[in-house]
Amino acid sequence: MTQYEWLQTILFLVLLLAAVKPLGAFMAKVFQGERTMLSPVLAPCENLLFRVCGVKRDEEMDWKRYAAAVLLFNLALFVSLFAILMLQHLLPLNPQKFPAFTWQLALNTAISFVTNTNWQAYSGESAASYFTQMVGLAVHNFVSAATGIAVAIAVIRGFARRRTSMLGNFWVDMTRCTLYVLLPITLVSALVLVSQGVTQNFSNYKTVPLVQPITYDKPTADAKGNPVTARVTVKEVTIPMGPVASQEAIKELGTNGGGFFNANSAHPYENPTPLSHMVEIFLILLIPFALTSTFGVMVGNTRQGWAILGVMVLIMAISFAVLQGAETGGNPLVAKLGVHGVNMEGKEVRFGLAGTNLFSVATTGTSCGAVATMHDSLTPLGGMIPLGLILLGEIAPGGVGSGLYTMLAFAVIAVFVAGLMIGRTPEFLGKKIEVCEMWMSIITVLAAGVVVLILSGIAMITPKAVASMANPGSHGLSEVLYAFASMANNNGSAFAGLSANVNFYNILGSLAMLVGRFVPAVAVLAMAGSLAEKKYVPPSLGTLPTDKVPFALWLTLVILIVGALTFFPALSLGPIVEHLTMLGGK
Amino acid sequence: MSIHKPEPISIFDSRIMKPALIESFKKLDPRQLWRNPVMFCVEIASVITLATFVMSLTGANREPAWFTGLVSVWLWLTVIFSTFAEALAEGRGKARAASLRKTRTDVTAKRLAKPDFTSAFTTVGANQLRKDDFILVEAGELIAGDGDVVAGAALVNESAVTGESAPVVRESGGDRSAVTGGTTVIANSIIVRITANPGETFLDRMISLIEGAKRRKTPNEIALEVLLIALTLVFLLVCANISPLSMYSVKAAGQGSPVSLTVLTALFVCLAPTTIAALLPAIGIAGMDRLFQKNVIALSGRAIEAAGDVNVLLLDKTGTITLGNREAVAFVPVGGHSEQELAEAALMASLTDETPEGRSIVALAKQKHGLKGDALPPDAETIAFSAETRLSGVNTGGNRYRKGAADSTVAFVRTLGARAIPGELTDVVDRIARAGATPLVVSCDAEILGVVNLKDIIKGGIQERFQQLRSMGIKTVMITGDNPLTAAAIAAEAQVDDFLAQARPEDKLRLIKENQEAGYMVAMTGDGTNDAPALAQADVAVAMNTGTQPAREAANIIDLDSNPTKLLDIVEVGKQILMTRGNLTTFSISNDVAKYFAIIPAMLLSIYPQLEVLNIMHLATPLSAILSAVIFNAIIIPLLVPLALRGTKFRPMPAEKLLIHNLLIYGAGGIIAPFVGIKGIDLMIGMFA
Repeated sequence: MTQYEWLQTILFLVLLLAAVKPLGAFMAKVFQGERTMLSPVLAPCENLLFRVCGVKRDEEMDWKRYAAAVLLFNLALFVSLFAILMLQHLLPLNPQKFPAFTWQLALNTAISFVTNTNWQAYSGESAASYFTQMVGLAVHNFVSAATGIAVAIAVIRGFARRRTSMLGNFWVDMTRCTLYVLLPITLVSALVLVSQGVTQNFSNYKTVPLVQPITYDKPTADAKGNPVTARVTVKEVTIPMGPVASQEAIKELGTNGGGFFNANSAHPYENPTPLSHMVEIFLILLIPFALTSTFGVMVGNTRQGWAILGVMVLIMAISFAVLQGAETGGNPLVAKLGVHGVNMEGKEVRFGLAGTNLFSVATTGTSCGAVATMHDSLTPLGGMIPLGLILLGEIAPGGVGSGLYTMLAFAVIAVFVAGLMIGRTPEFLGKKIEVCEMWMSIITVLAAGVVVLILSGIAMITPKAVASMANPGSHGLSEVLYAFASMANNNGSAFAGLSANVNFYNILGSLAMLVGRFVPAVAVLAMAGSLAEKKYVPPSLGTLPTDKVPFALWLTLVILIVGALTFFPALSLGPIVEHLTMLGGK
Repeated sequence: MSIHKPEPISIFDSRIMKPALIESFKKLDPRQLWRNPVMFCVEIASVITLATFVMSLTGANREPAWFTGLVSVWLWLTVIFSTFAEALAEGRGKARAASLRKTRTDVTAKRLAKPDFTSAFTTVGANQLRKDDFILVEAGELIAGDGDVVAGAALVNESAVTGESAPVVRESGGDRSAVTGGTTVIANSIIVRITANPGETFLDRMISLIEGAKRRKTPNEIALEVLLIALTLVFLLVCANISPLSMYSVKAAGQGSPVSLTVLTALFVCLAPTTIAALLPAIGIAGMDRLFQKNVIALSGRAIEAAGDVNVLLLDKTGTITLGNREAVAFVPVGGHSEQELAEAALMASLTDETPEGRSIVALAKQKHGLKGDALPPDAETIAFSAETRLSGVNTGGNRYRKGAADSTVAFVRTLGARAIPGELTDVVDRIARAGATPLVVSCDAEILGVVNLKDIIKGGIQERFQQLRSMGIKTVMITGDNPLTAAAIAAEAQVDDFLAQARPEDKLRLIKENQEAGYMVAMTGDGTNDAPALAQADVAVAMNTGTQPAREAANIIDLDSNPTKLLDIVEVGKQILMTRGNLTTFSISNDVAKYFAIIPAMLLSIYPQLEVLNIMHLATPLSAILSAVIFNAIIIPLLVPLALRGTKFRPMPAEKLLIHNLLIYGAGGIIAPFVGIKGIDLMIGMFA
């Protein structure tokens, strides 16, 4: 890395870590129903909403009702988005007169946005109207993020509370999250992005003359249907427009990742400058990082929050280092052709190598899935990093809310084994870990992995699924593995190269996204319900301290080993073979 | 005490090995084996490879028949090693249970219509006795069932149950009324009220516990099993996933062959946490057995596990912290009386006192003041100690000699019209009490003569024991009937963390409840009937075998030696069981890393020769690599059996240090060991091939 890149990376990390405590404490206040500095403005809105919707803010829910509310709410969201996509041609704000989505694509897209995955089997600028983008997708960016955070908060309450079955009120948590956390930050950051040149308009797409017209042979068919080529000269180009900034901010902040344009954050109207680039990475990591602090405050052990954050940062740092190393090494096959230096294929020059890699690690370490580079074009080992981060289960630091609760489920498993090793029935934060907690934490941690193993296996013996690969062979295998990993773990980024808008991927992918989102969410709520009912065991010298370095390292090791043991065979047939083949000069 | 511990039988003794070997094959029955789901899966895998082997004999298989055959053999061995480990752990208990059962031969009983020695009896079989029947047991007869002595007193030989050959006194009333079925009355006759129906007696329970027949999985065991099952399922899917991936890769690479069923099965068994799953039942059984070697019977595995979690230990002062008996060490006269006078009065007051304290006063008076007086005058009347007066003594020759606690003796002399109590009495009493001794005030009629200094003798080495407990995060609380001053002094000397003075049964119960409310796990020992409520409340309740029936019923652990210090051993065994489980789980999962490096390159090499790079152990051929991993996976089980049966060594140290220590041994060791082992086996296969 150059000095400039070191400076940029370190400065970024310092700024991000500086924001953790204040935002974490602020969110703790929000979810504990306390007054905040925003209350004078927002409390009236909040009260009005609750009155209109008939929400009694003191009426708490046990885990079953909380989970039912989550599912019901998300079902309603799915239906509304599915309807918007199917009726797009009838709805307003459609200057390009886009037709309705096919039902398979609408199903996949609606589930994708409800589950906070934001897998896009369509291209935003050539399929979605402004109405779809704003009323459909952007709204879901807010509420799917709020859903994840609400579940995480309920789980935190499970650890914090004693001898109660109540985990809070989903409607209150969801509303307060959107109102006090997501909306204000989105508002400010959208303005910052606009200042950098991100568009925000309702204009028709602009057609402009090319500075230098292009002439090429376009494949076509003659009268008899035989393939021939025709010489074509392109003199003008269509530039898509739209309300991008408002969606861009929440796309990153809510770790959604669904781009306004197909090129996502590599598109100059989504991410024009190095500064906007760093702002977007900042937004991706902000809430997942800060939630660890909220967790620490709410369970009354801030050190525990830092320990969890430490694990997340450690895994991210290792990933970044490997990715940076792999990309700096470049491709020996390209070097043979006389092009030396770092691997810049698929990268935006304006973000630089370190900036691009930081974005890749952030977007796959969280379940964001926005991309500023084509992961498909990374070196084989480099490409294994985003894939690996997703396969670990989205915990470093994971999606908003979901990252924290999955990490806590991992911590429960790590505590269980470590607790046994010191000769006690294991306890975490004063709560005994018993059969129910083990079942639920294991389901939370492994659900997505199981889906990936099953569906990627099915895909490899389904000719239609194999046909979607752009690069058959080990790289194609990585493309399929990445697709299911991304959907099941609700990341949503694509390895590119795979033509995903076919029924196989649309429908099985929808299934993967649903299972990957809601099975862990319900399981982890059940775990929280069981934890909340337990009494508190005060720590003693015989208790394993879970807020110190040895446990944090153990937790890191457990996460890495579980991930490696589950996916090493598949990875060895994908990126590892590809890497060895590249070194072998083929 | 001369204890005859159960004869330690080595597990390598043929008396244990042979039946265990037979039993390990019986346990292969799927209806039994499914209780251990991981090993059940391995058995299915073994059946699959066996079927493949049979098919390969007809030439329908890609791999050579010898390879499939060997894999199948070693997979079967994996299962058998696991059932053998369990059978071995049960073996010692079974041997002991068999000897117990011998004592339960057809016993007859003399059933009485009413609890009266004159009442007529009918002779019935022991199995016809029901709760609340009365039976007469005379010298030389076996007691037919568990019960309480309701009339008479007898010497009872309990060696059948406790291994202790010295007979004990059992008498009606008080804390020594419980008798156990299967023990023998040596002298005198007693009437016993039966308290347990046939099949539910202490002996029955003991036999079934030792045999492991009624052994239920503990909650912690189930939670661990959940983890193991989940891992097994994931590895099953991993193996299932490799198959289509390899099929695709064959097509894409245009060479090689997809991974075969035999190799996939072998990989699955190697990855599944077989080491811990195979040894899990043995660990729990062996733990109970280790306690049994120490003459402690845990009525459930759960109780032992709870012992590992204990944060607060309530210990009776007498017998646990101090030697059972207090000893008189000095006479301190008051009010101008001479030491001789005081010694004489103390001697008189104690002559009929058979308690160890009373005898020590007599001994001191004789030894220090040369007094004689072995027999009392014939007119002497003994005043026994009672809870109301808290005094004891003798009336003789018109004099009333008394000794007792300061306040009760003072109250007594006041009733006799004492005008003045010597002014220095309070000082002397306080001084003795503050030093941790017991002041016993002696009076003759209305005169207070002085104070006997009864000193508690703290057991040797007990301070170190408490220090260890403290470093493990366990708080010790001394329970005593002494006054707070005495208690504080003894507590300080013995270095307990806290004490409860002048404790009544309800105080103990309250103390336990308070600690439990605060989230602590409480362990206590008890023997008296009045301990029963507290025992029932405590998480770990150890009853002395000498204790009463209610106390024994309220407890979940029974100490046949009636030695209260055993609580510390029980805590240790509880921790050992959990640690052994955790350590072997970590070891088992860490092993998978090396197995991957052996099997993955071997099974994919035909498709992608460049994967040879992953063969970091340089194993000779793909087949020998896979076979080596399978063999290592099987052989590690019997190698670890001694560890599972012994338990990992327990070291009292803070949790975090302990974790790092165990992670280095079983985590890092678990990663390194299979690399060495698999390479070694591969070299050996190379010599044969």
